[in-house]
Amino acid sequence: MSPRLAWRKSLNFVMLSLTGLCALLTVSALFFILGYLAWNGGKDLSWSFFTHLPAPVGEQGGGMANAIVGSLKLLLLAALFGVPIGLLGGVYLAEFGGRTLPFLVRYTADLMNGVPSIVIGIFAYALVVMPMHHFSTLAGGIALGIMVIPTVLRNTESFLRDVPLALREGSFALGANKWRMIATVVLPAAARGILTGVLLALARVAGETAPLLFTAFGNRYWSPGWMQPTSSLPVVIYTYATGPYEDWHRQAWAAGLVLLGLVLVTNILVRAFLTRGTAYERT
Amino acid sequence: MSSAFPLMANSGASAVSSTTKSTAHTPAMTTSGANALRMKVTKINFYYGKNHALHNVSMDVATNKVTAMIGPSGCGKSTLLRTLNRMHETLRHTRLEGEIALDGVNILTLDVTKLRRMVGMVFQKPNPFPKSVYENVAYGLRINGHEGRLDDAVEKSLRRAALWDEVKDKLHKSAYALSGGQQQRLCIARALAVDPEVLLLDEPCSALDPVNTAKIEELLFELKPSCTLVIVTHNMQQAARVSDSTAFMLNGELIEFSTTGHMFTTPSDPRTEAYITGRFG
Repeated sequence: MSPRLAWRKSLNFVMLSLTGLCALLTVSALFFILGYLAWNGGKDLSWSFFTHLPAPVGEQGGGMANAIVGSLKLLLLAALFGVPIGLLGGVYLAEFGGRTLPFLVRYTADLMNGVPSIVIGIFAYALVVMPMHHFSTLAGGIALGIMVIPTVLRNTESFLRDVPLALREGSFALGANKWRMIATVVLPAAARGILTGVLLALARVAGETAPLLFTAFGNRYWSPGWMQPTSSLPVVIYTYATGPYEDWHRQAWAAGLVLLGLVLVTNILVRAFLTRGTAYERT
Repeated sequence: MSSAFPLMANSGASAVSSTTKSTAHTPAMTTSGANALRMKVTKINFYYGKNHALHNVSMDVATNKVTAMIGPSGCGKSTLLRTLNRMHETLRHTRLEGEIALDGVNILTLDVTKLRRMVGMVFQKPNPFPKSVYENVAYGLRINGHEGRLDDAVEKSLRRAALWDEVKDKLHKSAYALSGGQQQRLCIARALAVDPEVLLLDEPCSALDPVNTAKIEELLFELKPSCTLVIVTHNMQQAARVSDSTAFMLNGELIEFSTTGHMFTTPSDPRTEAYITGRFG
């Protein structure tokens, strides 16, 4: 073997090992977190965790039913508030926009994606909490909704753009006007991708703590309706994990496991959904 | 004639559709002479931005005949076809000058939705919607507010497109489950569902194998008594086989327009002769 070939072979080996190692590290980080959570949180996970209110400090048992329901309520509000805006905005960008305005909207959306979530929290605080003079589920939902908008918008736009021109022309050629064409052909063709984006965006904000700290705040009890402060999984994790009690720490681990499980299940469902292929044939 | 078109005789499609349509427009439907004009293109110029794509093109489209357009790539034949139902308006920065008449009415004065219902189109590649076979055919009927039984209209269109027997058991399966040739006939059925007077076909066989091409060509013959057909094709043999008159285009100009027999035996322009004998293009 010539020295040159030997050198190339060894370089190949080193690079292959290096890239493989990094890939392994990425995956192992996830599995490490998962394993650690399952180990620490699994012990305290029981049926009552999902059905009971938090027990007072020092008492055994108790659960986080109010935080789980609170998180779901917040996500529902986020979806109601953020998804229509993101979706219709995405339709505008993909189908109607000229040049300057869509560029600005797109750029703003990308910037918004990078805004620290705590800043969004402050914004919702000023927008909803201040005028109302108290924390509420509504304020938290709006904060999360704002965070959902840019993701849904950009995702919707890209999936709509992927719908082939041939399908649009087919619809036009049968006498459809533009709005009809979008509603009956383009949106159904892209529906699966759009839904995927919506679920991923919601799964992402499900774990947000910072924007909830001074909007939804927290609540040791059930939060009736939408105008009262509410408990939520991320905030409970934050409070309990930084609290002084051993009980709380264990509960925080369990809550972390539940939250991660929720997000993971969403992700896996979405993945399964997507791999069934696109609704239209790729050319 | 009825024996030559058994499918249409069964459904009674051709006779019914022609008479009902002719009341709204022109009685020319019933005359079979070559001088009955469905569409008349008069001195049109067409621009994509600054690109002058069609130069002073004038052409007649005879009622219930097949008119073919041939010419090398980029000669403007597809562009000309697309102006006939104003599909060019879906693109930005296009401009059309001149007059195109459908049954004596300038199509630029018509509502574009109405125009496209009367002048249907089939594209180069089959482009069924991501819906079921049934919903594909019903699409045009639904968006145009069809009255009457949708099932019957769908069956009639599929029969006219010679596809009914192949798909009657999978009407509610995805259109993508069909073969390429079947998909293209589905697209023809979809266009026929709204009962157009003119059907534009933009190289409808270019993505198909010879067997499916033959099926489509046969279908064109079956449709001719009830529908005016305009076909763009790259394939000169196809133009010779299916069309009654042929237009030869080059660099955005209409070089020659005559009956197909005349065009392919005694072309009057040397450029036409050069093209059809395969010396270029």
